[in-house]
Amino acid sequence: MKNFEYVRPDSVAQAVQALDRRGAMPLAGGMDMVPGMQDNVIIADRVVNLKSIRDDGVRGIRETDYGLVIGALTTLTEIAEHPVVQSHYAALAEATVEVGSPQIRNAGTLGGNLCQRPRCWYFRNEHYNCLKKGGPRCFAADDDAENQYNAILGGGPAYIVHPSNCASALVALDATFHVAGPDGPRAVHADDFFVLPTERLLQENVLRQGEIVTHVEIAAPADGAKSAFLETAERAGFDWGISGAAVSGVVRDGVINGPRIVLYAVAPIPWRARDAEALIDGKPLTEDAIRAAGEAALAGAEPLSNNGYKVPLTKTMVRRALARLA
Amino acid sequence: MAVIPWKPAGEMTHITKNTTRVDAVPKVTGKAEFSYDVLPKDALIGLFVTSPYPNCTAVTVDTAAAEALPGVKAVWTDEGKVCRMAGEFVAAVAAETRDIARDAVRRVRVEWERYPFVVKAEDARQPNSAQVHGATRPNVNRAADDEAGDVDAAFESAAAVVDGTYSTQVQTHTSLESHGMTCRWDDAGENLRVWASTQGVFSVRGELAGALEMPESSVVVTTDYMGGGFGSKFGAGVEGIVCARLARDAGRAVKLLLTREQEQTNSGNRPSSVQHIRAAADAEGRVTAFDMEAHGTGGYSQGAGFPAPYIYGVFGDPPSIPNRRIVRDDVYINAGNARAMRAPGHPQASFGMEATMDELAYALDIDPVDLRVLNDPNETRQAQYRDAAKRIGWSRRNAEPGADAGPVKTGFGIGAARWGGGGGGTRATVEIHSDGSAVVKCGTQDLGTGTRTVVAAVAAEQLGLAVEDITPLIGDTRFPPSGGSGGSTTCASVAPAIKVTADAALATLFGRVAPALDAQADNLEAVDRTIRRIDDPSKSLAWADACALLGAEPISETEQHDGSLSSRGTAGVCSVELTVDEETGDVRIQKVVSVQEAGLVIDKLTLESQLIGAVIQGISYALHEDRVMDRLLGHQVNANMEFYKISGAMDIPEIEPVVWMAEESLSRGVIGIGEPPVIPVAAAIGNAVRNATGARVAGLPITPRRVLEALEREGRAQG
Repeated sequence: MKNFEYVRPDSVAQAVQALDRRGAMPLAGGMDMVPGMQDNVIIADRVVNLKSIRDDGVRGIRETDYGLVIGALTTLTEIAEHPVVQSHYAALAEATVEVGSPQIRNAGTLGGNLCQRPRCWYFRNEHYNCLKKGGPRCFAADDDAENQYNAILGGGPAYIVHPSNCASALVALDATFHVAGPDGPRAVHADDFFVLPTERLLQENVLRQGEIVTHVEIAAPADGAKSAFLETAERAGFDWGISGAAVSGVVRDGVINGPRIVLYAVAPIPWRARDAEALIDGKPLTEDAIRAAGEAALAGAEPLSNNGYKVPLTKTMVRRALARLA
Repeated sequence: MAVIPWKPAGEMTHITKNTTRVDAVPKVTGKAEFSYDVLPKDALIGLFVTSPYPNCTAVTVDTAAAEALPGVKAVWTDEGKVCRMAGEFVAAVAAETRDIARDAVRRVRVEWERYPFVVKAEDARQPNSAQVHGATRPNVNRAADDEAGDVDAAFESAAAVVDGTYSTQVQTHTSLESHGMTCRWDDAGENLRVWASTQGVFSVRGELAGALEMPESSVVVTTDYMGGGFGSKFGAGVEGIVCARLARDAGRAVKLLLTREQEQTNSGNRPSSVQHIRAAADAEGRVTAFDMEAHGTGGYSQGAGFPAPYIYGVFGDPPSIPNRRIVRDDVYINAGNARAMRAPGHPQASFGMEATMDELAYALDIDPVDLRVLNDPNETRQAQYRDAAKRIGWSRRNAEPGADAGPVKTGFGIGAARWGGGGGGTRATVEIHSDGSAVVKCGTQDLGTGTRTVVAAVAAEQLGLAVEDITPLIGDTRFPPSGGSGGSTTCASVAPAIKVTADAALATLFGRVAPALDAQADNLEAVDRTIRRIDDPSKSLAWADACALLGAEPISETEQHDGSLSSRGTAGVCSVELTVDEETGDVRIQKVVSVQEAGLVIDKLTLESQLIGAVIQGISYALHEDRVMDRLLGHQVNANMEFYKISGAMDIPEIEPVVWMAEESLSRGVIGIGEPPVIPVAAAIGNAVRNATGARVAGLPITPRRVLEALEREGRAQG
């Protein structure tokens, strides 16, 4: 591991100041950051440990008039076990409990989970100088590549999938990410937070140097609002999902309004299936409608040489997630 | 002294019963010191420099910059090393800390000469392929070419013919404790002290002494507790020899155990196989012909062989499958080499053969259990098929695959195992001291199977003591020699040796205390911590009082294994119930029954533990494990435990271990069974998936991707 400076800020303001230079990186739970540094994939000149921040609001879960506020340093275990999250924001609870293992959820934070780097094995291997590390090519794009876990939607020029299932759930829940930075605080809608490789190659979100997520806000659910998250993996526990779907909507008398369908582990960002949403918006959630939504969600899929199986698999995820709203 | 046979099972106190592991508490409390835990005072940490290219020569190796780093105390280089895989060891450093060592290896400058490479067996078989070993050897080597009977005529006259291609992946051992050791030179560099993670302390000693050109008597190797080997940890290896050299050069102890990545790439594997099998049967279901064209890869080494036709093709007079043709190639690729792995060759053989048997059963509309009983001449297994089928609930099996309503289908499968497991070549010492202590010394080692417990249980049985009265000492080359823990031979080697030696020590004790009981030595017996007269049990001495008579002259007897007390050749059957979600490809194992003959069972509890562990490893092989080699740069892209997937607790179902306690089996003497129960698990799972869905997933591991692709081929895709 490269040598680095280590900073323990007391406040968000100090953290932002310490991070406002090239090569400075924030550390929270360290579940992604530390192994990434040990493997020489994540390189930092300065590590700023956010856990030393004592400001209110960066940790813990609060109910407000608007809805729910979750500090970025809140552990995934706290979120998964929170009764209000479980009862009113089911997609988030169901996504969070799928993260890693109990140990990882005990140490890992929401902010870290949302900002973690891709798991693509080409990206994670020091010998592969890939696009996401500033190199010349995306290895996964090659027909000869081992791209079974890579993107089928939104790929190019890099074909990573976004690793955070909490991100998919928060996009489905219409959340807002609050960010602090050198130019002051700003709010970024979850839909706009994650960016495709066509927009940015070296990171997966809109954060600028020096910016950190401080908290996430989710509006209180309307009457009849429901949400669900579903993923499937090769192993029953402690494994990355190979496909998944987060869905939400207001369901009254069997009719869904304002649906959100967000695909997980199939695209470089949490992938909104807007055509599928439009197809069922204001309509009864019948078996046929759900099936049609699954088809529409994957209509634009462009599988690589080894991941065609993700297309039918993801249709199933969409169908089964929507069925839980019905 | 004539060897005394084992007591009848009915008269046993410990043997054939459940004995809790004598080292259970230190293991579960973390007090047990594993080889990886050993860190002598002032020890340095050793770390390798590895090749970044899959086929290359390290033309020059420059360690100057690494040696200039403060804290680096010794280096080793292998300039000119020809590397046939990415990750080969070309240099090493020993430094004060792991962090310094990590920095130092990045400062070693190597000039590489690179060659074309190939990392997939199907590519290596192409005529224009890159050559793994350059001009010295071709990629493809014919390893078997046999024919018996009249194969073509048998196919022409058959009632049923099946034809399938089955493939098994490369499985790495993935020992939780990586390969390596800690070395310290004592007595001004005269003697070498080694703490090794090994399944053969004597083979490590021999290899080190040879490589370092010193007498074996100057090398002491111990393995108190070790974290898995599965057949890959017999020798000192490059890592051991380099560790000893670094320690000598630095004048300090050096700990050098492989990193997780190196453990995955450099410490061996179970080779792959691709088996194109045609088989024929008559109308009753008797298999009449077997025709296989196969290949497999053991990486840059050979060793991809496997027995065929497995189980049902016994070489007898007449052979059970009279017409057979087998052609098999070993294929080189630029990847890690094969090493023995738990029942080498057999799981691969089982996967192809058991699939073939089930396809014949479907073709002939015969129950797969009946077909196996008909074709397997082994009488023990004939009974085991019925038993394993009954225990799994075979009567609930849909004869028509995929008959369940809804997307989640239930399936049943079965498969069989055979193994040798005999013993030999072990000596032991039993000491009885005047304080009543009974110490047993044997230079075997505990691979994790419970060997220390076996040693204690056998000694306690023969000496009439409780298991906790025995002090079992193992894992040390200063003790009487025993062989490596491989081939399922440990229990069948060690238990008889302990018995013979304990009997000898007891006979000596009887001779010493006989006068005090006014008896001849041959009129004494040891029962319940008591020495007593056989003709008058009321005349007795407590064990402690008897030993007190030994005074300043303790008893020490050294004897050895006797072939009359062990046996070889064992039978096992595995049955599986599982569900397949046809819309996700998700396979959930619901239950596994593992029925296993083991001859005379020494400790039923650790034997059951062996069955359970084997089933878990078999499930992992069936569903998850796969070494993924990348064609683009030639690396293993999943050389970690994140993407080299091992089944976890939540993947593991109810497992019913069934130790075959039939009197005919118990009376055969001790037979080792560490390996056979792993053999049929993947085959039974493959057959259960076929039964559940009607689709044959013909390649391992059976991932959601393969299930969905197989269903699509069958035109049964959902979604």
